[in-house]
Amino acid sequence: MSTATDDTRTEDRPSGTIETSAGHTSIVERVQAVQSAWILGVLVVIIAVFGLMAPSTFLTVGNATNIAQNVSIWAVLAVGVTFVIITSGIDLSIGSVLVVSSVVAAQVMERMGDQGWGTAAVGLVLSVLVGIFWGCFNGFMVAKANVPPLIVTLGTLSIALGIAQILTGGVDVRSAPTVLQDNIGYGRLAGIPVISIIALVIVVLGGILLHKTRFGRYTYAIGSNETSARRVGINVDRKLLQIYGFTGFLAGIAGLLSLAQYGTTTIAGQSLTNLNVIAAVVIGGTSIFGGTGTMFGSMVGLFIPAVLQAGFVIIGVSPYWQTVAVGSILIAAVYVDQHRRANEARGK
Amino acid sequence: MSVLFEARGLSRRFGRVQALDGADFDIDEGEVVALIGDNGAGKSTLVKALTGNLAVDSGELRFQGEPVSFATPQEASRLGIEVVHQDLALAPHLDSAQNMYLGREIMRPGLLGKLGFMDNTTMREATAKAFTELGSAVRSVVVPVGAMSGGQKQSVAIARAVAWANKVLFLDEPTAALGVVQTRNVLDSIKRVRDQGIAVVLISHSMPHVLEVADRVQVLRLGRRVATFEAEGTSVETLVGAMTGALELNQEGAA
Repeated sequence: MSTATDDTRTEDRPSGTIETSAGHTSIVERVQAVQSAWILGVLVVIIAVFGLMAPSTFLTVGNATNIAQNVSIWAVLAVGVTFVIITSGIDLSIGSVLVVSSVVAAQVMERMGDQGWGTAAVGLVLSVLVGIFWGCFNGFMVAKANVPPLIVTLGTLSIALGIAQILTGGVDVRSAPTVLQDNIGYGRLAGIPVISIIALVIVVLGGILLHKTRFGRYTYAIGSNETSARRVGINVDRKLLQIYGFTGFLAGIAGLLSLAQYGTTTIAGQSLTNLNVIAAVVIGGTSIFGGTGTMFGSMVGLFIPAVLQAGFVIIGVSPYWQTVAVGSILIAAVYVDQHRRANEARGK
Repeated sequence: MSVLFEARGLSRRFGRVQALDGADFDIDEGEVVALIGDNGAGKSTLVKALTGNLAVDSGELRFQGEPVSFATPQEASRLGIEVVHQDLALAPHLDSAQNMYLGREIMRPGLLGKLGFMDNTTMREATAKAFTELGSAVRSVVVPVGAMSGGQKQSVAIARAVAWANKVLFLDEPTAALGVVQTRNVLDSIKRVRDQGIAVVLISHSMPHVLEVADRVQVLRLGRRVATFEAEGTSVETLVGAMTGALELNQEGAA
């Protein structure tokens, strides 16, 4: 993402008195300007503490790759959830949509029998189509039928998971084409897990879409003041449909990535995925009231639980403490967000 | 001067309430018309009906002599008619340049624009220029509107409307929540907008402000226009009398 374009024009601003540039020339200043700055500080402190306690095991390339691999699938989901939450919506169904996408893809690929890229491609297309279907269904109910997103996606959470269980009789499909598992699930490129590279590409593209394009601007506008968005002629209903559809699309991709990583559908394993991803996005500074949030913040929010998990295992603390810690950070993050809003309402 | 925009016999009923009861309205090119009336007289309803925000049961609109009808605010916008709503309708998390161009973004040229990338630099500079022309107190176009004072928000909303209104600008109670200095700025802005040749419709409860900036004053009572006055030589007492019905007027009374 180019940051230089906005900031080099101060000398030729027309009025000479009205500021037309945010003046954040470096990535560092840009990061400080968003409220995810303090949460990045928290992440750095966590890493520093574990680093001091177990320098030989925690601060290793192996551990870092391990953490990166663990957050990859959630990162793909978090991209969509960031968009949805910025519109002041919510999507609880992502975990179930991931499951049903991977089940449909796995069953068809298993029946095809072949282990090659052709089969994998069919699986990807199916997985994505199933994801888009559920996403668009969510979007339609939210935008056109005016059912609150919490209720719609709570419903589809249940329906999509139920359908996955009906399709499989509740038994995981324990097969995925070997090309997927070998190249994507366990594959490395220059020592970096391929799955993490894929996730990173999606995150960067998602960040550009959110922060640099008109689509992203309308996402913020809808969350900030839906009435004013409608008044200026933005087709809010269609945007919401696209945003939920996009989230479903990403859940479909995540479904195939999960199949590649674990070699099995994870029917029973995704029940907390939605909450973990939402928590990460909110910890990262995206307000559940809509209108604010950054892709960068969501990624920082994702790494906090992952780093805690890895760190607790390494220093020998029960990993159950991780959930306690993440929950506490979540509440603290929202408290800070509220505090900031209150200040803003008072005109700073 | 010719009649730019007029309405004849607009009626609209909400359940048992006859909000508009054959209301008329007219404004000439480059004119400032104040629309006054007591609470519930139908001012806001009339503005909504004139700007595509509300369908009427009966009545007709004419723009530059041609019959028109607006199903949406965008259709009114296309003819150069814009409204600054009382609630301003700004997105508080977006900055003033983003608000100014919301829904009408300037895109980058070529392929990047097709991909949805916006030309933020141009939009910011044009916004700064618009603020300068309006004498706005806004000092930065990259601060979120939610962090601004009431007067600054008002000037963002007015600047946005002026940027797109090349014929008629409606201002619904623009000074209601403002202090003395900000009110002065808004009144000065109205004069500058008029000097650009744009007709301004001002809805206000403040009679001194109305008499200061308006060329004509149209009085609404019970959903109907009961009087039209030339602002010059009209007193506050006369306006209040017409608004409350204390002053007996033959239809379309003085003028």
